[in-house]
Amino acid sequence: MASLEVAKEVKKPKPLSTNSAVAYAVKDLDVDVVSAYPITPQTTVVEKIADFIANGELDAEMIHVESEHSALSAAIGAAATGARTFTATASQGLALMHEILHIASGMRMPIVMSVAMRALSAPISIWNDHSDVMNARDAGWIIYFVSSAQEAYDTIIQAFKLAEDPDILLPVMVAYDGYVMSHTIEPVITEDRDEVLKFAPKRPFPYRLDPDNPVTMGPIADPNWFYEIKYQQVMAMERALEKAREIDEEFRKTFGRGYGIYECFMCDDAEALIVAKTSYAATLKTILPKMWEKGYKVGLLRLRLYRPFPVEDFKNILDKVDAVLVIDRAISYGAPLQGPLAMEFSSLIVKEDLKLNLTSVVAGIGQRRMIDSDFENLVKLAWESRTKKYDRTIFYGVRL
Amino acid sequence: MSRFKQLEIPLKPADYKSDIEPTWCPGCGDFTVVRALTQAFSELRLPPENIVQVSGIGCSSRAPLFMRTYGAHTLHGRAIPFAIGVKLANPELTVICDVGDGDLFSIGAGHNPHVARRNVDITVICMDNQVYGLTKNQVSPTSREGLYGSLTPYGTVDKPLNPIATMLAYGATFVAQTYSGNPKHMTEIFKQAIMHKGFAFVNVISPCPTFNKVDTFKYYREKVEDINKDPEAVCELIECPTKDINERGHDPTDYKMALELAFHDLDHYYDPEAPVPIGIFYKSEEPSYEEKVEAVKKRYNAVENPSPEFIQSLIDVCIPKEV
Ligand SMILES: Cc1ncc(C[n+]2csc(CCOP(=O)(O)OP(=O)(O)O)c2C)c(N)n1
Ligand code: SF4
Ligand SMILES: [Mg+2]
Repeated sequence: MASLEVAKEVKKPKPLSTNSAVAYAVKDLDVDVVSAYPITPQTTVVEKIADFIANGELDAEMIHVESEHSALSAAIGAAATGARTFTATASQGLALMHEILHIASGMRMPIVMSVAMRALSAPISIWNDHSDVMNARDAGWIIYFVSSAQEAYDTIIQAFKLAEDPDILLPVMVAYDGYVMSHTIEPVITEDRDEVLKFAPKRPFPYRLDPDNPVTMGPIADPNWFYEIKYQQVMAMERALEKAREIDEEFRKTFGRGYGIYECFMCDDAEALIVAKTSYAATLKTILPKMWEKGYKVGLLRLRLYRPFPVEDFKNILDKVDAVLVIDRAISYGAPLQGPLAMEFSSLIVKEDLKLNLTSVVAGIGQRRMIDSDFENLVKLAWESRTKKYDRTIFYGVRL
Repeated sequence: MSRFKQLEIPLKPADYKSDIEPTWCPGCGDFTVVRALTQAFSELRLPPENIVQVSGIGCSSRAPLFMRTYGAHTLHGRAIPFAIGVKLANPELTVICDVGDGDLFSIGAGHNPHVARRNVDITVICMDNQVYGLTKNQVSPTSREGLYGSLTPYGTVDKPLNPIATMLAYGATFVAQTYSGNPKHMTEIFKQAIMHKGFAFVNVISPCPTFNKVDTFKYYREKVEDINKDPEAVCELIECPTKDINERGHDPTDYKMALELAFHDLDHYYDPEAPVPIGIFYKSEEPSYEEKVEAVKKRYNAVENPSPEFIQSLIDVCIPKEV
């Protein structure tokens, strides 16, 4: 296969931050319209894109709007005409977009948005946690969490292919840690634009605004129809799971890199698992081998595709262990478990009638420091939790 | 001044400063705003506990931190609605918004017409550096055409928004402009704005030496002219219609002239000879929002603390009478 030859070529990586890697992907995908409002720690994504446009490396329209509400609205307008459209945000910006998030998914717009995750006010925090995306999880967007700059580059490419698939037509969010990833440099291999576009050719929105075939988007749907339209989103989201898996496999065949829709690291023979995402998952991958040497047989389930949730896959993985510890970097105040992700795993355990202990841990809120020894503590906690039940969410690292 | 509680023994300006060391860059225009505001508070003898400063997000929005008054650092663009809530809940407070040009004229612009036309008795101070400072150099709605920013590497093609004309058109009853290079003028304007009953807007030309290399102190030093004192400045901007102006400068009660002057506020962006007008463009005594609400209450005989019997009597009116 010709594509495998491409994979064998030795490419020289570029030193890129995750924000820059995202911008490179946008360039290599020949995106047509980018709308944005600056917000830390996202801003350098769109600044880099602005440079690409100014240098003539990307032929796109950059709309420098007056708020995130407008940024996503403009993106929807652009996507409605069939343009390949991208935007980026973080924190309050994502919160301000909230009502438009639902418009994008309800109108089935194949927009891709990167989110350099950051805590939500108040008090003001510019630092990283996952409150912004976790608060947006029910808006009907496909959501990926990525763990490296390379994965961000690759996933933006996959995301456009997934979003624009006529069987899917849903907006996609690609999220990563603000600062810890957005502003740190890693080696990233970028691909030739032709190859990228061969992999993810532009598939303009099939129901776009077209003078030859006039349509009205988003008008009122009375109680006789609204429900069915929402159910179509349910179905599209369900289809997206296998489609995302296929696209990742195809990506691996084409470019020699792939991730699956989740990653299970040191899961064979593991007796307990930690569920983590983004940079925490990357850090845990450096911690776990040492912990195994000490006898802690704890694996890592790295969340990558979050919406849709890979229920079947996770069920089979959890079925093999005695305990799972879920790290949340957001708080669901007053909920049965205050870790929102832990609650989803908990409902999976109940729903599938699995027999294992679940421990909910909240950590790293507002980028509270987590160093290797903290992760070692969590590995030990996961190990202990095989035989010990923790009924309440553990707020790791908080001063009481 | 009877609308405000005043201290019998005035505090010194320094007494209104907090212990927090400003984190602004050296040479930032916003330092002057703190200096002039604390001076104004002192001269007006305002009790610090009666002042609430509300800010949005931006370098400028840090100002309340550096002063010893009540403060609320809210969301980008939302200082005004927050301040309205404070003022309506307790009209005795002196409520001031410290915001930036991006905060006020991009993301938060939707609030401006409504706070102005309602004449809510608050003061909005916009530190206009014609750039987004905090997010490091993007052009703002008040940036001049062609200004370079990190999202506009070849300069912005957008026309600048005119803060003075905008607020005048929205119906603000006090509109002024001052400049960070002239703390004395700024103090005087702040005092008048705070004393004004109703919505007061002050645009402060407050250079950002770190990111805006065009709209600098050096640039403005030569150009600012006081329209209330300097008749020549007025006549350089507009054709002077009356002899009156030739003697006293611009009369802030003249709305038509205020608008005319405002339309020429940004002339200097295009004409190197044009002055930058500072001073009070407009000032009008009109009922404030609070007063208008009170008038309605009066008209309909509203009762402040209704007794249970009074409420029952209202309910009784609705009980169907037996026939
Ligand atoms: C909803 C939202 N979007 C974006 C931001 C990021 N942001 C913070 S301040 C700012 C602009 C600041 O410019 P300006 O208001 O002129 O204040 P300055 O820093 O120049 O004083 C932006 C875009 C934010 N905090 N919240
Ligand atoms: S960046 Fe500009 S506006 Fe912000 S503190 Fe520095 S000089 Fe002032
Ligand atoms: Mg500004």
